[in-house]
This record gives sequence, structure tokens and C-alpha cells, in this order.
Amino acid sequence: MFAYLVRRLIYVLPVAIGVSIICFLLVHIAPGDPLTAIMPVDATQEEQAAMRAAYGLDKPLPVQYAIWVGKAVTGDLGKSIATGRPVADEVFAAVKNSLLLAFTASVIAFPIGLFLGFVAGYFRDTLIDRAVTAFAITGVSVPNYWLGIVLVIIFSVTLGWLPSMGAGPGGSGAWAWDFAHIKHLILPSVTLAVVPIGIVARTVRALVGDIFSMDFVQALQAKGMRPLDVLRHVIRNAAPTALSVMGLQLGYLLGGSILIETVFNWPGSGFLLSNAIFQRDLPLLQGTILVLALFFVTMNLIVDVAQAAIDPRIKRS
Amino acid sequence: MSATPLVDFDHLKVRFKGDRTVHAINGLTLSLGQGEMLGLLGESGSGKSVTLKTLLRLLPPKRTEIEGSIRVNGTDIMSLSGRKLSAFRGSQVSMIFQEPALALDPVYTIGDQIAETVMRHKGISKTAAMDVALDMLTRVRIPSPERRLKAYPHEMSGGMRQRAMIALALSCRPKLLLADEPTTALDATVQIQILLLLRELQKEFGMGVIFVTHDIGVAVEVSDRIAVMYAGNLVETGTTRDVIKNPRHPYTRGLLAANLHGAVKGARLDAIPGSPPALETPPTACSFAPRCAHVRPACLAGLPPVADLGNGHTAACVLAAEHASQELKSA
Repeated sequence: MFAYLVRRLIYVLPVAIGVSIICFLLVHIAPGDPLTAIMPVDATQEEQAAMRAAYGLDKPLPVQYAIWVGKAVTGDLGKSIATGRPVADEVFAAVKNSLLLAFTASVIAFPIGLFLGFVAGYFRDTLIDRAVTAFAITGVSVPNYWLGIVLVIIFSVTLGWLPSMGAGPGGSGAWAWDFAHIKHLILPSVTLAVVPIGIVARTVRALVGDIFSMDFVQALQAKGMRPLDVLRHVIRNAAPTALSVMGLQLGYLLGGSILIETVFNWPGSGFLLSNAIFQRDLPLLQGTILVLALFFVTMNLIVDVAQAAIDPRIKRS
Repeated sequence: MSATPLVDFDHLKVRFKGDRTVHAINGLTLSLGQGEMLGLLGESGSGKSVTLKTLLRLLPPKRTEIEGSIRVNGTDIMSLSGRKLSAFRGSQVSMIFQEPALALDPVYTIGDQIAETVMRHKGISKTAAMDVALDMLTRVRIPSPERRLKAYPHEMSGGMRQRAMIALALSCRPKLLLADEPTTALDATVQIQILLLLRELQKEFGMGVIFVTHDIGVAVEVSDRIAVMYAGNLVETGTTRDVIKNPRHPYTRGLLAANLHGAVKGARLDAIPGSPPALETPPTACSFAPRCAHVRPACLAGLPPVADLGNGHTAACVLAAEHASQELKSA
């Protein structure tokens, strides 16, 4: 187990390096000059060159990359072109908000998805199964930004129960665990939870249905195991795959949903990313993508290790 | 056959409903004495496995209709349900499966899987159950049994998995062991080891065994008695010696002739022409008649009579019945 952990940690290194190169290059491949966004239209060649030099944009790409990574390792992601504030501060404030939203959505989505999937798998090909499948497919298929808007219309505009914008009263970015803030969290997290509910439910349904039709379930009955014992075996068999699906979903949620965060004006990483794109804020864009990508890599690592911990078949391979 | 038979099938009928109905078992009557080893022989779809699964009530209740009765040590299996049924399974009767790789839970250790069975039926502690598991693994002669207790099924070879499966099945000392083609998925060299082991343990524990196989050579190797199934019913039963030396049903003769054991190289094997019936309707005549070389009008007129050939040897065949009555007259 320890050897597996070490090996898996070593695998992360090349992935992280690759991710950082892609993050860096993507932004440079994108058309348009980042300087045009902040320079006055009538700026002279000299002024432009000075600005370019100030941000290090006049150096060759590999050198720029080396400087960027060197600083990034120490936690310095540069300064935002638009606001002039350190990118790291901006990103971490936004990521904190996205994490809050992602975890809340997961807490809503995973128990519901697991429960629905399990029930549907257990009662496969019955009315219950069909109802769950229909619900799950609807959840996956309905565009969630549209659903968000509909929920806003119902609960904010018509009923006036819940706020529709921001992460707290008065549009403040600072989160606090009080009723006023939690009210702001409800609509976006519920909206964000719908897709993972559908995906988890569908995966678990197929998984549980398959496991129940496997020979060992019949063998368990043949040796006198009671239904609850059989259920315990089935859950233990389903756990590794279910866990990895949930881990990936959590990874997607952590990346922040640009659409949901935009609909609800949620000051998270997705929102930050869309702003960075529109403002051509190069350092901010690079920094945000890098942090999100590394989040995803870490998430995969955690899922893999957890999976190996509960599935004996993984350790050897 | 003076005492209560260990197993007694009486006119068992099993039907599967669904898109199309399948009459899997059609009036099976068979009994097995205490400590007897019966080889249940037949080709795929003849109802061998269904017979075993019916005995443990493993068939999906919604899609299955069962008529007739099965008694194990006098207990009517069909009357069991819920708690009583699960207490019966594994302690009175247990089963080993064709594919040990699929029949063992992949994410539990061998020790845990044996111990949970023992704990379930004997109500003893985990530590004591683990001791039983170790003892069982030793008895089935798995090398370094202490280590195998903590092994997962995928860490063992096919032969070892089947040994572990046997250890699991015998851990509660059942009176009856059902073996569903336990050697089919194994290499030929491992097959014979497992057969000998089963035979040895059967004698040691004094249990009855129903051994399902499609390989007549295997059946001859292990069984005291042989029962040949065709299209969901018995066509011939008797002691292994009687059935092999003096097969009376044309189907049994066909099986013996089609056997590779002792076949001459270059000589053509005598395969039985045709294929078994589809069983969408219950048979009204001899099911083997369409493939039989000796078919006559009486065979198609109704279900064949069961001819008693003495010493428990029976054959469900018009010809065998005629033959038997002629012998009686001439005697």
C-alpha cells in the first residue's frame, strides 16, 4: 500500500509539469495581444515595449515559462493586469468560494445519487427503475444554467424566498456561516447538484444491477447469507467504482462551473476565469487554470489511492 | 433404502416463464441415500443445473413455477422460506460452482468468506470461525493455508480457488453437497486432483453428493450411482457399474459411444445425431425419439414407461421395458 502511494505520487510529477506547460502555452496560442486590453489605444511603440518588458513578454517563450514556473513554485503567480492585485490572492479567494459551492453540491448530490442508483439497480427493470432512470437522464440532459434561471424565477422572483445573486448579503465576497449567507448558497448548490445526481445514479444503477446478476451473489445465497449480508457484499463490490465516479464528479465541481457561477454571480473560480478571459488578463488566466488543473490532478490522486485502499484487486496491478 | 432417503425428488416439474416458456424439468423422480455419491449426467440444457438450483431454491421465484416435491432428510424444501431457508442453505446442503473465480466474492479474503459462513450457521466468534477456516483449508490441502486465509480470490490459481470453494462449502459439515460441474473450468491435471479430493472428503465426512457433469468419464470416476438426464427428465439410473456395463437407454449408449476415453485414434467417434428438443411445450412422448435409431410407433404415442431392471437400475424407454418383460417371461 505504501509503495503504491509513493509510486502514485511520483506519477503526479510529470502530469503536473505537462499541465503547467499546457496552461502556459494555451494562453499564448490564443489570438489577441494581452497588452491591447490595458494600453491606451494611442500608446506609442516605446510605451508598448516598456510594458512588454515589465511583464516579461519580450523574452522567448521557454524563458518566460521558466520564470513563470519558478515563481509559481514559491506561490507567486504574478500580478493581475486588470486589478494589479496578486493573482494568488485572487485565485485562492475564488477557489475557496468554489470549494464551498462544490462541497455543498456534493453533499446534496452524492447521497441522493447513490440512493437512487442503488434502489434502481436493486429493483432493475421495474417501475421504480424506470422512474429513476428517467429522472437521472433528465438531470443529465437539462442544461443546468437554464435550470438555474428557472429556479431563480420561481424562488427569487415569484416567491421571493431566496436571493438570486452573490455569495452573501450586499454582494460581499466574504463567507460566513450564518443564515443570511446560507440562503445565498441554496439555489446555486442545488442547481449544481442536478448533473452529478444523474451521473452518480446512472452509474450506480448499472453497477449494482451487474453485481446482483453475478454468480457470487447466488453463491452467497447458497451458503445461507441473509439478504442484508448479501447487500453488504454488493455494496463493498460497488464501492470502488462508485467512489471513483464521485471523485471525478467532485473534481468537475471543484473546477467551478463557469455557467452556474455566472448565472448566480457567485464569486468563484469559474466566475474569475470568465472575467480573466473577457479582460485578457493573462497572468490571472494562467494562474487560475493552473490551480484548477492541479486541483483536478490531486483529486484523481486521492480517488486512486482511496480506491486502492478498498479494492484488493488494484494493489498488484 | 430402508431409512429416510437423504434427498427425495418426487415428480418435480420446473417451468420458466418469460417471453417464452421453458419446461426445464418434467416430472423428475429420484432419490439419494445417505452418504451416497450420485453422478448426474447430461448435456447442456438437460436440466442438471436447474435440478441443483431448485434444491437450494436459488431460482428467481418470480419467473419460476415449481410443482412436485423435494425432501431433504424428510424436510419439504418447498415449505421453507425466509429465515428457515437461509438457515437450511449452507448448513444442511451446500453447493460448489462451476467457476470458482466467479462464485467467490472478489473483494473479500478467502478466510473472511469461509468464516462468515461458519459464524452465520454456528453462531461462534470471528476468531473461532477463522480457526475453522484454517482447518478446512488444511483439509482441502491448500499449500500454506495460513497465508491463503488472507488471500483474495484473484491471488490464487483456478485449482486453489476450487479447493477454497470446497473448503467453504464443507465448513458447516453439510449432509449433502451439490457440485455443479466443479472441474469443468479447470486444467485436466487439476481436474483429477479435485475429483479425488472430493471423493476423499465425501467418505471422510460421510455426506451425500450430487455431482453434475457432462463428462461421462468424470461421472464414472467418482460416483456410486449414475443418473442420466435428457430434456428435463431421467432416462436411466443405476449403480455406476450397471449403467456402464449394461446401458439400456439408447441415449446412454450414445453417450458412452461418443466418449473420447478409450477411443481409437483415427476411428470416427459415434456422435448422437440431431440436437435436444427446445422444451417450449411439455413432452408428450419420448423426448429422445427424434434422435433415436430404434424409434418405433409406441415411442411417439406417449411418455415412455420406466422399466425396472432390478438392483435399482431403471430406464425410461419402450425398448428397455419390452426387453425386461421378455426376460421375465423366459426366466
